[in-house]
Amino acid sequence: MNDEYVVNMKNITKVFGKVKALDHVEFSLKKGEIHAILGENGAGKSSLMNVLNGIYMPDEGQIEVKGQTVTISSPKDALDLGIGMLPQHYKLVDVFSALENVAAGSRKTTPFLNKKKILDEMGKLINQLGMDIDPNKKVYAMSVAEKQSLEIFKVLYRGADILILDEPTAVLTPQEIKNLFQIIRKMVGVGCSVIIITHKLDEVMEISDRITIMRKGTFIQTVDKKDTTPEKLAGMMVGDVMELNIPWVEVERGEKSLEVKDLIAIDKNKVAVLDHVSFDLYAGEILGVAGIAGSGQKELCEGIAGLYPIKSGEIIFDNTNIVGKNPEDISKMGISLSFVPEDRLGMGLVSSMDIIDNVLLKDYKNKKGMGISRVISRGKALALVEKLNVSTPGIENHAVSLLSGGNIQKVLLGREIELQPKLMLTAYATRGLDVRSSQIIYDLLNNEKKKMIPILYIGEDLDVLMSLCDRIVVLCEGKVTGIVDPRKTTKEAIGLLMSGVMEEGKKE
Amino acid sequence: MIHVVKKDSPKTRDTIIIRLLAILGALLAASIIVIFAGANPIELYIGIIEGCFGNLYRFAATIQKMVPLLVLSLGVMVAFKMKFWNIGAEGQFLMGAVGAALVVRYLPNLPLPVMIFAMGVLAFVFGAIWLLIPAFFKAKFGTNETLFTLMMNYIALNLVVALQYDFWKDPGASGMPKIANFPDNALLPSVSGFNLSIAFAIILVILIYFLMNYSKIGFEITVLGESENTARYIGINITKTIITAALISGGLCGLVGMFQTAGISGALSVEITGGLGFTAIIVAWLSGLKVPFIVLNSFAFAVLLQGGSYIQTAFQIPGSVAEMIQAIILFFILGSEFALHYRFISDKKKREVA
Repeated sequence: MNDEYVVNMKNITKVFGKVKALDHVEFSLKKGEIHAILGENGAGKSSLMNVLNGIYMPDEGQIEVKGQTVTISSPKDALDLGIGMLPQHYKLVDVFSALENVAAGSRKTTPFLNKKKILDEMGKLINQLGMDIDPNKKVYAMSVAEKQSLEIFKVLYRGADILILDEPTAVLTPQEIKNLFQIIRKMVGVGCSVIIITHKLDEVMEISDRITIMRKGTFIQTVDKKDTTPEKLAGMMVGDVMELNIPWVEVERGEKSLEVKDLIAIDKNKVAVLDHVSFDLYAGEILGVAGIAGSGQKELCEGIAGLYPIKSGEIIFDNTNIVGKNPEDISKMGISLSFVPEDRLGMGLVSSMDIIDNVLLKDYKNKKGMGISRVISRGKALALVEKLNVSTPGIENHAVSLLSGGNIQKVLLGREIELQPKLMLTAYATRGLDVRSSQIIYDLLNNEKKKMIPILYIGEDLDVLMSLCDRIVVLCEGKVTGIVDPRKTTKEAIGLLMSGVMEEGKKE
Repeated sequence: MIHVVKKDSPKTRDTIIIRLLAILGALLAASIIVIFAGANPIELYIGIIEGCFGNLYRFAATIQKMVPLLVLSLGVMVAFKMKFWNIGAEGQFLMGAVGAALVVRYLPNLPLPVMIFAMGVLAFVFGAIWLLIPAFFKAKFGTNETLFTLMMNYIALNLVVALQYDFWKDPGASGMPKIANFPDNALLPSVSGFNLSIAFAIILVILIYFLMNYSKIGFEITVLGESENTARYIGINITKTIITAALISGGLCGLVGMFQTAGISGALSVEITGGLGFTAIIVAWLSGLKVPFIVLNSFAFAVLLQGGSYIQTAFQIPGSVAEMIQAIILFFILGSEFALHYRFISDKKKREVA
């Protein structure tokens, strides 16, 4: 490694609508270094790399690659400059062999496939990097790690010497991660520079030379690995505790309402998405769930609501084990789920229906007989729009998908509260909302808490979780790494738990 | 480079203007063919109107052409609402006709009201079964219903061929491959060309309208079509809903088999469908899967069909020309859908927007 910079990004700003995804971000990459970009979800890591890869055009700022000021307006431009990005979701043709996938779309190949020539070239590169790729193996027969190697290889074969890896370890087993790191080190050995996006502290400490920390679209700092510690990194990643105007309401907590014991759930790749999860939830309490996205929050919510298959364990509500009951029975017991997915609509609402019909979704079964009546739902919809200040041209014949994100969320949450549930599960209730709309949602939740309704609140923003919740369950890769009292702990401590660094004695 | 970009939902005014332009364009384009066929386009278009509304008999013929298309479209719509792509209406139609013919063949002496009722029930059941088979496989094993329902059409068609040319061949038809005509007690009563199926169709329109808009099952079908996740979340029994919708959809298409055999053709044959099962897909889709528009659009299609057959005789033009005119009009209307929902922009503009 020397001090020659191959990439220099200055003052990069990118705005989407009202959201500043990147706010004057600085980034530089030295030749032959492994540079980690660290940050929580929504910190702007991927956006920054998408700018470098030509997928986004920055609104402001300047990019220098290998000493030249450049405009990168497409991934093809980026590749011409030697920049290649490994997609998070692999883009390989399943029925093609490794060799055919490499050849497809490569500008080096002639219209007719010269398999032998490609094979020779592939062989050389494979030996250099110590990769385990069989050029004739079909992609559908490959493991996730093999597919990843192939993707890396594809990018290198096309002439990239600056490689961007977006969360490459998320899908790998520990052994595969080791292999990947070896490959990365060998790539550096042959003159490549590597950028790796991640939020796992231990991996950062293992693989990187320098680390850039980002938070909420801003650049925090670039540090040398040897000058820092995981604790310092976690601190920078989560930031100082922000003063939020979310009052924590003190309520004498009531009886135990929900007991989750040793919950295990397995996804279709046979990975444990919930791994011996246990916690209790009391009446009059908001129990927060913190964790990096994809740590099992969605599965936990859906598991309790009966929508995700549970392998083993117990969920005890109202003295009954509800594991194995169908969603309808569970919702009849008074458990309401309002999950706000990334696209905001997902399963709670039907996007093409108006507000009345969306209220009707939870009501229509109460009426006897074959018919449905919109009279009650209309009343509820009107009340909801008024109470929560939903801005909509009308409650009828106006699809909810045409409303703004905040208003959609108000409709969803308002409907669930209107049902007077005995247990509320909310996930990402304020995702993408502005301050005022978020405030309304927090007030709603606090009101429910005062009515001694137990609430499970899955959130993304640690500041909010810490001021709103009575206790916080921290998840990391499906495991509970700690249950903490936000008033007795620090943001850094939670950040460490989220990254899987568990300290003994933190558990309640 | 020119790009195609999706527009926001179009305004009512724009919709009407674009639709009218499409029809105008279609008539202009069709005129070229009409002139080559040696007729005066304006006279011909007036002829189409006359052929449909010129006298009571012609108007009855128009309405009779509308009925099967209307009911088939309703049937297709119920399945489409659930995003269950039933393109097997043709087959369900034929099977319904087989069901009706089965009653006539084995219980030929029933009194008329009982006969009509029994034919209707069996037609409904046969049509429903023809769609329940793919629906069952879809619900249980997740098979693709599009191909499945399409293939079921050919089984039904060839079953009718086998019946017509072999098993049920009328020995009294002096060697002609045809199935014996229905007796009078198996024909729908009619008044000056309007037969009883019109009354049934009116009842069905009202029933289906209320089913889709004001019943639990209709609501569940719609929710399931919009999002299976939401359906699961609010506790809809997905298998049951798929099966029920298939029953209604296939059953309606089957009923048309009875309307057509007992009302129009008076016998079962391979020709009775006239491809209406496929036309119904276009009608249902153009109507945005909404009952009132299905009524309007089936009427418009019936006008094209009846007008087309009238001008063949009145203007002595070949049948193929009439069909070409129909196709051109349809082509323009479908093309206008594109103009309604998309627009073209050039690369340069896009940059400015982005």
